Order: sequence, then structure tokens, then C-alpha cells
Amino acid sequence: MDILISQLVAGVSIGSVLLLVAVGLSLTFGQMGVINMAHGEFIMVGAYTTYVVQRILVDAGLSLLFAIPAAFVVAGALGLIIEQFLIRHLYHRPLDTLLATFGVGLVLQQVARDVFGAQAVDVAVPGWLQGNLQVFGAVVPYSRLFILVLSIAVVGAVVLFMAKSPAGRQIRATVLNRDLAETSGISSRRMDRMTFFLGSGLAGVAGVAVTLIGSTGPTIGTSYIVDAFLVVVAGGIGKIKGAVIAAFTLGVLQALIEYSTSASLAKFFVLVIVVAFLQLRPQGLFAVKTRSLA
Amino acid sequence: MSLTSTERGDPSAAGPDEARVGDAGRGRPAGPVPGVPRRGLAYGGMAVLAIALMVLVPMFFGTFQVNQIGRFVCLAIVAVGIGLAWGRGGMLTMGQGAFFGIGAYVMAMHMLLSDAALRGPDTLPSFMVLSGNGELPWFWEPFRSGTVTVLGIVLLPALVAGLLGFSLFKRKVKGAYFAILNQALVAAVAVLLIGQQDTLGGSNGLSGFQSFFGLSLADPLNQQFIYLLACGVLVAMVALAYWMMRSRFGELLVATRDGEERVRFLGYDPAGVKTIAYMAAAMMASIGGALFVPIVGIISPTSIGVAPSIAFVIGVAVGGRGSLFGPVLGALAVAWAESSLAQAFPSGWSYFQGLLLILVIVLLPGGVASLGQRFRRRRADSGNGSTPDPGTDPAEPAHVPAPKGTLT
Repeated sequence: MDILISQLVAGVSIGSVLLLVAVGLSLTFGQMGVINMAHGEFIMVGAYTTYVVQRILVDAGLSLLFAIPAAFVVAGALGLIIEQFLIRHLYHRPLDTLLATFGVGLVLQQVARDVFGAQAVDVAVPGWLQGNLQVFGAVVPYSRLFILVLSIAVVGAVVLFMAKSPAGRQIRATVLNRDLAETSGISSRRMDRMTFFLGSGLAGVAGVAVTLIGSTGPTIGTSYIVDAFLVVVAGGIGKIKGAVIAAFTLGVLQALIEYSTSASLAKFFVLVIVVAFLQLRPQGLFAVKTRSLA
Repeated sequence: MSLTSTERGDPSAAGPDEARVGDAGRGRPAGPVPGVPRRGLAYGGMAVLAIALMVLVPMFFGTFQVNQIGRFVCLAIVAVGIGLAWGRGGMLTMGQGAFFGIGAYVMAMHMLLSDAALRGPDTLPSFMVLSGNGELPWFWEPFRSGTVTVLGIVLLPALVAGLLGFSLFKRKVKGAYFAILNQALVAAVAVLLIGQQDTLGGSNGLSGFQSFFGLSLADPLNQQFIYLLACGVLVAMVALAYWMMRSRFGELLVATRDGEERVRFLGYDPAGVKTIAYMAAAMMASIGGALFVPIVGIISPTSIGVAPSIAFVIGVAVGGRGSLFGPVLGALAVAWAESSLAQAFPSGWSYFQGLLLILVIVLLPGGVASLGQRFRRRRADSGNGSTPDPGTDPAEPAHVPAPKGTLT
């Protein structure tokens, strides 16, 4: 029983990181129909930002708190640059965007390798996150709890932003009908940039979270990005609700399958389950309803 | 290291393409399917390719370099399939490493088993003995037989691709979704292989082969034979791709790429068309992988993961995804550039690879094969000034997303 619970906790913990990554992906995909393969590298950028902040501030607790906004801004700014100079020119070629941004990812990984070395670096976990919590006999590390809380808080803030703020409403209007939004005086270019900044920034925050789980290497993003894509595919594009459900479902599924078979089989089964799920709902859990012949 | 003879092969093989485009420019359709070279030019190109690889390369290069080029040829076989599925069919197959891996591991299992059989009956491959695995896993058993191995190399990937492709295409899962699921597939396969430490060598992979269907790999003559075999298979695959492109099926495939809904409205089933092209691409990737093993001598999860799968695509993008020879020449050129650049500047290659991908996709989506066409179009433009320029690259259709949610 306690093993089952600790697997569940591990699954929720995987899910919370996936959620942060997938919400950003889903936002940018929903906004512009563009898949950003460099998104995983924004996680890496966020993680290295945490490392740098800690090198400057030394104190682990303080630097973690400072790292969250710093990673958000650094990754977001990088996203803006890529949007401005690359993705903007490829809006009508979604598959090509995918490849071009993969090229960006390769370059960013190599930059990280040249700047920080190929060896993974470690970020110190602050003292107040080093303990464990006992839940029904299962051990729950505080750091995992922190990631869960961080993820829920950040995604909650995004939901509020999208639902209530004028900018969020304008973003949603652009997603639903770009031409009509433009006719109503919304600058769709500004919305694109804002979405990209937000989405990339979220990946940066995810990067802060993953430094608490393990060490940070140049290819840290690639290990999360494929799963995050599956979350987006299963959850439906452009819907945060779908991403939340899919992220936690896939996280828990993976942990449970790992428990009953092996870690290497789990990824495979999760993929099979997603493909089977797409038989039932090819558009994912929730899709933005359109009349287009997609 | 220089590659003068293959370079000499390049322009002559690219020649037919340009001539074909020129014909189209004068309003005379080149063949039944637009973008496919006429028969004479295509077969001429294949002959030039065959002569360059099978006669000139062994004539001017030493054993080591021929072996190196043999590896490129295996990657080019994969590229032919990607050109078919992606260039002609619009399906971005980002996970060809999975099928490459199936072919490679099947071949590797057979070679290790036949090596072990030479040492005595009931002998296990040595890595299994080292990892203390006393029993042959069930999925190794069938590959004792050479026939089953060859069949497995062709049929297994076709089966996997057929199942995955049909179930996705039938439900109209396509575009970026399909590409992502492909990537997830190859990531899952790589993780799966790494986990199989005592049955498939884990992250070390399988290596230490001594013979290939009874031919000792230590003999340079046999190595040369395997090289020639790979070249022959490459030319055969180009011929197969050409035959598919020219057929009614090829027309339907391009039509599906450019307007899937229209094809459906006309009464065809796009899912079937796409599945067949995807299966053909998977089969070619698997064959490339199977030949890779005796030439390179090792197969491990690092050669089939997410990054190698993208590397396959890069060569195709550079050469020209929609053309007949573009994928082959692009794959050969990029593989050659990698092996020489990565030696000279180990970290420089990643930058080069990334920038190459970005630049080709942004500035030259049709690849090098489209250069001649661009040039001619520009000349035609300056000639009469009012050419109806479609303004799109030949490979990716003008995909204008319909306004979303207008009526909901």
C-alpha cells in the first residue's frame, strides 16, 4: 500500500513538471499553430539560470526564490527572440517550424555545453526543502511538494491571467479568430509575442523545478520535452484544462506502469495508451472548436 | 579526406532534375506526375549514382574510407524513404530511427547468433555470457534463420508502421501531431533498448560481429562486397521510389499532401495512401539499418534516438525533400560533412548542424534540388514580369489555416 502511494506521489510529481512544460507548449501551439521544438531548451535555460543565480547569491533558499522570476524572464526573452527572428517567418509552415526550432535547440544545447561544460552541474537544495513528509506510511520529499505547489500556483496564475485580464482576453480572441480580433483593434503580433514570452517563461520556471529533482546538463530539456508533447497531444491543443488533466494522468500512469513492469517499458506503454486514446478522441481531451477542415 | 569522385557524381545526378524543371517551365509537362523526372533522366541519374558509388569510390579510396562511405550509403537508404513520406506525402517522419533500429537489431541478433553457432551448438552470444544471462531470450530465437531475418527486416517495420500509421491516419491525426507521435515512438524505443541490458546489450548495444551470412568480416574482399551490396540496395530503393512516384499511387500521394480533404471528397481514402507511403519509408529505414550493422560493426541506442532521427531528416531537407535524387545526395553530403567536420571541430558540428537546418528550412525549403528551379523562375520573372508565381516551395503546400471558430 505504501509503495503504491509513493508511486502515486512520484507520478503526481512527474505530472507537475510536465504540466509546467506542457501549458507553455499548448499556449504557443494554440496561439499560432506552431510547434516549438526548442521549448525543451527553455527548460535547460531555466535550470542553468537557477545555477547562475545560486552562484551569485550563494544562499540556496534565497536564490531559489530569486531564480523563479529570473528563469521566467530569461527563458521568456529567449522565446521572444526566437519568435521575432525565426518563427514569425514560418507561420504558414507548421512542420517546417518544427524542424527549424529543432535546429535552434541543437545550437542552444551546444552553447550550454561550451559555457557550462558537458558535465552536469548541481544546484543545492535549500535546507527547508530537504526533509520528508510521511503520508500513510509513504515518504514524500518536501522538494516534490514544493514543485507541485509551484506548478499549481503558476498554472493557476496563467488561468486567471487568460480568463480575467484584458491581455488574456485579447490572446484568447486571437486564438479563436485572428482576423476578427484584428478587425476589433487587437494587435495580433503583440499577442503572438506576449503568448510566446509567457509560454517560454513557463518552461523556464519548469527548469527551476527540475533542478530540485536532479542535476542539470545541456540535454536536460530533451528528457522532458517528448513527454510534454504527448501531454499536449492527449490534452488537446490550446486548452489549459486538457493539459492539467493529461499531465497528471500521464504522470501517474507512467509511475504505475513503472511500478508494475519496468521503467523502460513504461514509456512505451504510455505511448501506446496515448495512440489508443487518440482513436477515441483524435483532437485530444478538449479542443478549441473550429469549423475548419482540419 | 577528400571525396572528389562522389562530388563529381553530384552535379551529373542533379543535372536531370534541372532539365526536367526547365521543360516544365516551357509548359510541357515533364511526366505524368509533376516534380518527377522523366524516365530517361531518372534512369540516367540512377546509372550515374551507381557508377559513382560502385566503381569510382572503390577505385579511388582505401578500405577505411570505402567503409566510411558505406555508412553514408546506409543513411541515404533511410533518406530515400523519408523523401517519399515527407517530401511526396507531407508526413514528417521524425522517428525513422525506430525503424532503422528494428532492422539493425534484427540483423545484429542474426549475426551474433550465427557467430555463436560457429563456436559450437547452444553457444550464447558473448555479451550474454558476460552479463550472466544463461538463456536465449524468446525473441532472439527466430533470427537464427537467415530467411526469417531477411523477412523480419522487411516485414517487422512495415507491420509497426502499418499499425501506427493506419490507426492515426484513419482518425485524421496528422501534421505536427503525427510528427510528435513519431518522435515519441523513437524516444520510447531508445529507452526500451537501453533498459534491455542483458537481452539486447543495453546502452552498449550489440557489437563484435565476425561474419555476415557466412562471409568473414575480417576479409577486405567481403567488406567490399557488403559495400557494393549496400550501394546496389540504395539504387534499387531509388528505383522503387521512382516507380512509386510515377504511379497513380504517387499522384494520389502528392494530391493527399496538397489537399487531403479534396482527395477524400473525390472518393479516395487518404489514410490508405499515407499508410502505404509510411510503410515504404519504414521498410527502407529498416533495410538501411540492417546494412549499417555489418558495415559499421556496432549498433547501440545512441544511433537511433531522437537526435539521429532528426539527422536523417536534415540530409533530406538539404538535398530537396520532394525530388528523386535530392534526399540521397543530401544525406550523403551531410553525413560526409559530419564525419569530416566532427573530426576537425567536435563542438563546431552541433552549431553547423543546427544552423544548417534553420537556414535550409527558412531560406531554401525545397533544398538544393530546388535551386535550379528558383533560378529559372527568377529568369522567367524578369523575362515577362507577370509570371503567376505560386510563391510556395514545391515541397510544402501553401497551408493556409482556415479561420478558426468563425461560425461556432
